[in-house]
Amino acid sequence: MKNRRSGFAVPYVVWMALFVVIPIIIMAVYAFTTAAFDGTLENFARMGTYLSVFLRSFRLAIIATLVCLLIGYPLSYMMAKEGPRFQKIAMVLIMLPMWINFLLRTYAWMSILETNGLINQLFQRIGIIDLYNSIAIHFVSDPANYVPITHFKMIGTSGAVVLGMVYNYLPFMILPIYSVIVKLDHSLLEAARDLGANSFGVFRKVIFPLSLPGVLSGVTMVFVPSVSTFAISRLLGGGTQMLLGDLIEQQFLGGAYNPHLGAAISLVMMLVVVVCMVVMNHFGEGEEQAVML
Amino acid sequence: MKKQRRVGNRLFMALVFLFLYLPIFLLIIFSFNSGNSNAVWKGFSLHWYTELFRDRIVMESLYTTLLVSLLATVISTIAGTFAAIGFFNMRRRWRSPLMTVNSIPMMNADIVTGVSLCLLFVAFFSFWNSFDLPRLSMGFGTLLIAHVTFNIPYVILNVLPKLRQMDKNLVDAAMDLGCTWMRAFWKVILPEIKPGIVSGALIAFTMSVDDFVISYFTAGSSTQTLAMAIYGMTKKRITPEINAVSTLLFAVVLLLLVIVNVRDARAEKAAAKRHN
Repeated sequence: MKNRRSGFAVPYVVWMALFVVIPIIIMAVYAFTTAAFDGTLENFARMGTYLSVFLRSFRLAIIATLVCLLIGYPLSYMMAKEGPRFQKIAMVLIMLPMWINFLLRTYAWMSILETNGLINQLFQRIGIIDLYNSIAIHFVSDPANYVPITHFKMIGTSGAVVLGMVYNYLPFMILPIYSVIVKLDHSLLEAARDLGANSFGVFRKVIFPLSLPGVLSGVTMVFVPSVSTFAISRLLGGGTQMLLGDLIEQQFLGGAYNPHLGAAISLVMMLVVVVCMVVMNHFGEGEEQAVML
Repeated sequence: MKKQRRVGNRLFMALVFLFLYLPIFLLIIFSFNSGNSNAVWKGFSLHWYTELFRDRIVMESLYTTLLVSLLATVISTIAGTFAAIGFFNMRRRWRSPLMTVNSIPMMNADIVTGVSLCLLFVAFFSFWNSFDLPRLSMGFGTLLIAHVTFNIPYVILNVLPKLRQMDKNLVDAAMDLGCTWMRAFWKVILPEIKPGIVSGALIAFTMSVDDFVISYFTAGSSTQTLAMAIYGMTKKRITPEINAVSTLLFAVVLLLLVIVNVRDARAEKAAAKRHN
């Protein structure tokens, strides 16, 4: 009786086989073959020439994840301490920007960080640029030839790319951490306090360990899209900050058409995600899974 | 001391919210700028809105986005609900590996999902076009398949917990009382899992409208979603037309949220009244 209803899953299982499993198999085949479909490991060897792109991707994604954690954790913690009405409004305010396409949110920063953008205009108005020039002239080796700057270069730097990642993915860090902290058992905190822990001790020994599943899920949810993005680096990095996503995109739709190399890089990226998941499951063992969106 | 800390907390939260909203507000303000800059205010005008509605590319891509999102939502909600019922009735030995496969599109980076689907479509079409059949290429159909593929997992994830919460005896009772299974499904199961279906459908729709990366790899060269059109515009140069798009989208989202919240508040009030 019971198993008859399980037949309802058959169409979807076929669908998954066609559009989830087979594409990944094809991707793996591409990754291990040449253009003539002879077996090779050359694609993986060629990745060495793109080592700088790999390192930059991981460096920027790790920095963005850490910044998100440093902002997101305290924020979630503070939010959970407020009244229920405040919490509800704060949650809506955090989710609302996520409903606006991330390209538009990134685009907003383009016009702020531009050479003639709002920040540089503001700095000119209030004299920060002049102040910088008057200080910097004392530090250059040849003051006579010092060329005063008219603006700070912000767009096209790695800082701008990290800013874009933090701005776009901060809600992904806040939501899982907040949903774990808000559900913490208050009697545990009271017990710790009764047993003589000060508030730092309560945080270190009780709150933080218990919120770890939320932190790990937040870290994954920020790190994975950050390390694989290509639009943010294109818009805010101005083409100078190539990331793994850009590299893959170029192999498929860009100038450097080589789907075999692109598939190999994608496969490596998938492996990174799997490692992230395994680590997360290992730490989160026995804990309640942090809520996904 | 305690009060000081509270003020400090509020200040920190205010700063984070300012960081989240300032860029969006600037976009909205400059959408009403009469000049074509995002930094110099030249005076109020609705010029960019009229320009926007005249822009064929934007209007067509908006239509494509809405159509693909609606179709993908309907298909994935129905398919996902039935798949969830199937998974729920399955032995654990079968269910666990299938649920792992189900979570692949959610876990993978978007670009990996997009690339792998792109390779599948390319391989299929080169196979198909090697025969003497009408030529096919990537377009709206492949876009829809991709959207359905990444939406169904979210529907399943929302429906499955509701099935677990349901009292299993209800279906048996309905069938003992003479219902066919289909009738029991409509009269008993569906009302019980409806909240899960609705939230699954909402998430699916949001995911579809918001998606850029997967669409970018699966839509081919002739079909364009709004996100792809915006990406194309930002590559050329900054135009306040994009600000106008963002403002309109923001207004729609805000309106929807207000409606949902007001309805929830009313339902809560009504429920409270019934209790008294």
